[in-house]
Amino acid sequence: MSQYNMGYHLKEGFHSIFTHGLMSFAAVCMIVACLIIMGSFSLVAVSLDNTLGDLEAQNEFTAYVEEGMDEAGARALESQILQIPNVASATFVNGQQALEDYRERYVDSENAVLFEDLPEDLLQHRFRIRVVDIEQLAQTVEAVEAVDGISDTQAALDVARGFVTVRNVAGAVAWILILLLLIISLFIIANTIKLATFHRREEIAIMKMCGATNWFVRWPFIFEGMILGFLGAVVAFFLQWGIYSLMVTAITEYGGLQLIAIVPFQTLAPQVAVIFVAAGLLIGAGGSLLAIRKFLQV
Amino acid sequence: MIRLIEVKKTYDNGTRALKGISLRIEDGEFVFLVGPSGSGKSTILKLITGEVLCSEGRLMVNGYNLNNIRPRQIPYLRRTLGVIFQDFRLIEKKTVVENLTFVMRLVGASPREIRKRVAYVLQLVGLDHKGDRLPSELSGGEQQRVAIARALVNNPQVIVADEPTGNLDPQRSLEIMMLLEKINELGTTVLVVTHEKELVNRFAKRVVAIESGRIISDGTGGYYNNESV
Repeated sequence: MSQYNMGYHLKEGFHSIFTHGLMSFAAVCMIVACLIIMGSFSLVAVSLDNTLGDLEAQNEFTAYVEEGMDEAGARALESQILQIPNVASATFVNGQQALEDYRERYVDSENAVLFEDLPEDLLQHRFRIRVVDIEQLAQTVEAVEAVDGISDTQAALDVARGFVTVRNVAGAVAWILILLLLIISLFIIANTIKLATFHRREEIAIMKMCGATNWFVRWPFIFEGMILGFLGAVVAFFLQWGIYSLMVTAITEYGGLQLIAIVPFQTLAPQVAVIFVAAGLLIGAGGSLLAIRKFLQV
Repeated sequence: MIRLIEVKKTYDNGTRALKGISLRIEDGEFVFLVGPSGSGKSTILKLITGEVLCSEGRLMVNGYNLNNIRPRQIPYLRRTLGVIFQDFRLIEKKTVVENLTFVMRLVGASPREIRKRVAYVLQLVGLDHKGDRLPSELSGGEQQRVAIARALVNNPQVIVADEPTGNLDPQRSLEIMMLLEKINELGTTVLVVTHEKELVNRFAKRVVAIESGRIISDGTGGYYNNESV
């Protein structure tokens, strides 16, 4: 590109937005709609992933210390447990505390009487162990069982496997849907820009007959697409913010969905802004390139 | 220089537009290409501008061999030509000056060069006072003058005009033809496709007559009086 032409192409791109105002408006609306659909779905996927992550983090198993081992000896096992790969934390609970926990759990129940007058050393000392990666829970449980002084473990392996399956399936579905939406968005935007470009085919043909290279013709369209994409991204960002806030309010007010851990928009705002602007620029420029391809064959 | 040697053109639909044309146009010549509709005149222009490629024969334009020209070279070939159309084909949303400046931008001219050259060609075609007008604000004759200025602005070796007076009244047609003659006198080769007998006969120029895809006469002055053409 000639040193004198960059400014010209940019000016032409800007100028064209206003001279074809209605089509520019339609293209921005399409970009906004596509980004909001993709953005909303992605944010739901992020919140779902976050919820699953929280549930995963709460998943723990219990390792029981051999009967008869004193508290000091039992506590000494903690360092060995912490050395096992994938162990995130190990919380020691002595027998008395474990019994207290049981009593508290059933204090309001009609079975509370069953826990009265029990000997204080009835329950074994134990460790509540959390893991880093729930997928490796079975191996971690095995390794903990192999520690001298640990008699038994209790782990909800089926629940863990269920979480892993749900997370993997949700992740895969989210990626497939986001990819599909991206392709559909590109297709819709390319067609909208093609419609906008259609009545300029004569202008393109004139330029080509005067000796314009394909890139000379393309640049103003690329700049125009990028400007429209950027505008679309900015509008979509603020609309997305509003929609997400409304959604959070609705979920918060509806008690049945308290289980879902919604990530506040402010936390995700920088990432959303960057992704929206990048996607807007990309689909704007890409859509323009796709749209004018046919008209360059003069 | 334009040189066609036994050029044939058959379109994809089977139409045989040219059936073996040999033609040589030297630098600085003024040539009328005449013939009835469908005789193959426009196909010759399309071959010269690289819009279509010939099916057989050899074609050279301003040093470009169009038999094996690569698509990316075609814009550079076109920059050696100035093309004028019957329907002017100006960009409606650009002013007269903008219609000329974008053509100079194609070749990477500096803003200073553009200002100087655009002012010169507008003066040459007599429109130096209408640079800020849109094409829709000009008469047909004035629009064709802008098209001629656009064709001239990059100082091409050859001006190719396809029925440049087809949409104009006789007086405006004569003015346009005289302008092309003036441009030719300044050294540019001019090839005009037309079927306006009176206009052709008024200028004592070389006339190439074509019919059914073949050249039937080639000479200077008066050839178009032949009723068979």
